[in-house]
Amino acid sequence: MNLTLRIWRQRGPEDKGRMVTYQVDDVSPDMSFLEMLDVLNERLILQGEEPVAFDHDCREGICGMCSLMINGEAHGPQRGTTACQLHMRQFSDGDTIDIEPWRARAFPVVKDLVVNRNAFDKIIAAGGYITAPTGSAPEAHSVPVAKNNADAAFESAACIGCGACVAACPNGSGMLFTAAKVTQLSLLPQGQPERYTRVIGMVDAHDEAGFGGCTNIGECAAACPKGIPLNTIGRLNRDYLKATSKRAGTPGS
Amino acid sequence: MAVTGILLVLFLILHMLGNLKVFTGETSFDHYAHWLREIGTPLLPSTWYLWIQRTVLAVAVLAHIGAATVLSMRAHAARPVPYAHRRKIHVNYAARTMRWGGVIILLFVIYHILDLTTGHLNPQGDPANPYGNVVADFAPERWYVTLFYVLALVTLGFHLRHGAFSAFRSLGQQTPKGERRARSAALVFAVVLVAGYLVVPFAVLTGLVA
Ligand code: HEM
Ligand code: SF4
Ligand code: FES
Repeated sequence: MNLTLRIWRQRGPEDKGRMVTYQVDDVSPDMSFLEMLDVLNERLILQGEEPVAFDHDCREGICGMCSLMINGEAHGPQRGTTACQLHMRQFSDGDTIDIEPWRARAFPVVKDLVVNRNAFDKIIAAGGYITAPTGSAPEAHSVPVAKNNADAAFESAACIGCGACVAACPNGSGMLFTAAKVTQLSLLPQGQPERYTRVIGMVDAHDEAGFGGCTNIGECAAACPKGIPLNTIGRLNRDYLKATSKRAGTPGS
Repeated sequence: MAVTGILLVLFLILHMLGNLKVFTGETSFDHYAHWLREIGTPLLPSTWYLWIQRTVLAVAVLAHIGAATVLSMRAHAARPVPYAHRRKIHVNYAARTMRWGGVIILLFVIYHILDLTTGHLNPQGDPANPYGNVVADFAPERWYVTLFYVLALVTLGFHLRHGAFSAFRSLGQQTPKGERRARSAALVFAVVLVAGYLVVPFAVLTGLVA
């Protein structure tokens, strides 16, 4: 396959950035999207040009590093698939493909296609943890968990923190990520002690980071490579309402 | 957003039911409009109830618009650099037209109050005879007025379809099964409400109400 790529190039955080067109020939349909970018980068290096910076780590859909907006779709056209697991067979010979970084104030561009997703870490630090004795693992059967709660918590725990929900959201909101992290813990017995301080802390950290407000549109869930369902946000809302009516948002109250 | 929206929805339901009274005839409809001004008498002076309701609605509308403005401003601030390739839209149209739809509905309400409440833009404009005002309003030769009402009401339908679902969600609807129910309920509600409003202009247009 021969492809035309239009890639966002930006030298650093201060650079204005622009779309640059590249031609990539002899792409195998069996290549992954990132391998195709590797091919381009090898050529750029041989030509003495600066290679395209893009994030990746596991290349098997579990780390959440690859963050590419491909033809206006977060992680590209295939549903439930990260960019690293996307194969070139999803495209056809002669296609023009636009590749951009996630666009959000809370995710500033570091270079080219690499953004800084530190805002997510701040949300986690504001409550995405439980207080548990460390050391040897406890006996698994000592705390029973209802099957449907375990399933729903597990579904939320599949979130890899990639940020596609923010990239796809017309409001630039990070609520699907925040909700996944809140409910993964609030559905389990281990998450109960901090349940209501957690939701307030994490939503506050989300808003402070400069993400937009959720208006229940649902683009996030459509873009999410891990299929985090939209109703997760309803679980967060329910906890948030309870927390504010209980005034449980202040530690110690 | 959800709480003020629910207040406005309650008004929309009552207003639709009130409008349907045109089918009970001129005296009954005019009497109804007169009664609206007398609710609460002799406990309250005449038209006080109406003014209380108008104040509550005005506050709800302003708060609703205020919340929408905050959300829009946050959304713009949250994405300072737009995408070069426009984001593909995967989900419902209704959710994506809330902001412009809201503006259209507001303009409609302003026009509508000048039309049927104050009578300034109404061909008859007789406060004592709202039935006659409605009939004069939607007369066949004033088809453009009817068309505007229809467009505004369809916009309202879209607004309500997403708005009602979104209100359920904001107030804590949380299960996948409940989500399917909430979406269907919102759709049915929007369709019934819009149909309930639209029968009035169409009844006048076709001569059923004259
Ligand atoms: C075909 C549809 C409609 C018809 C025939 C209709 C008819 C009327 C009439 C006759 C009045 C005057 C009542 C009176 O002064 O006693 C009125 C008032 C009003 N209508 Fe409608 N209406 C329609 C749709 C709507 C919609 C969709 C909205 C809101 C989105 C709306 C909002 C209002 C408001 C705010 C008032 C003023 C209430 C007040 O004075 O306190 N109407 N309408
Ligand atoms: S919710 Fe989905 S899209 Fe959002 S960060 Fe988690 S895995 Fe990525
Ligand atoms: S590189 Fe790890 S998820 Fe794509």
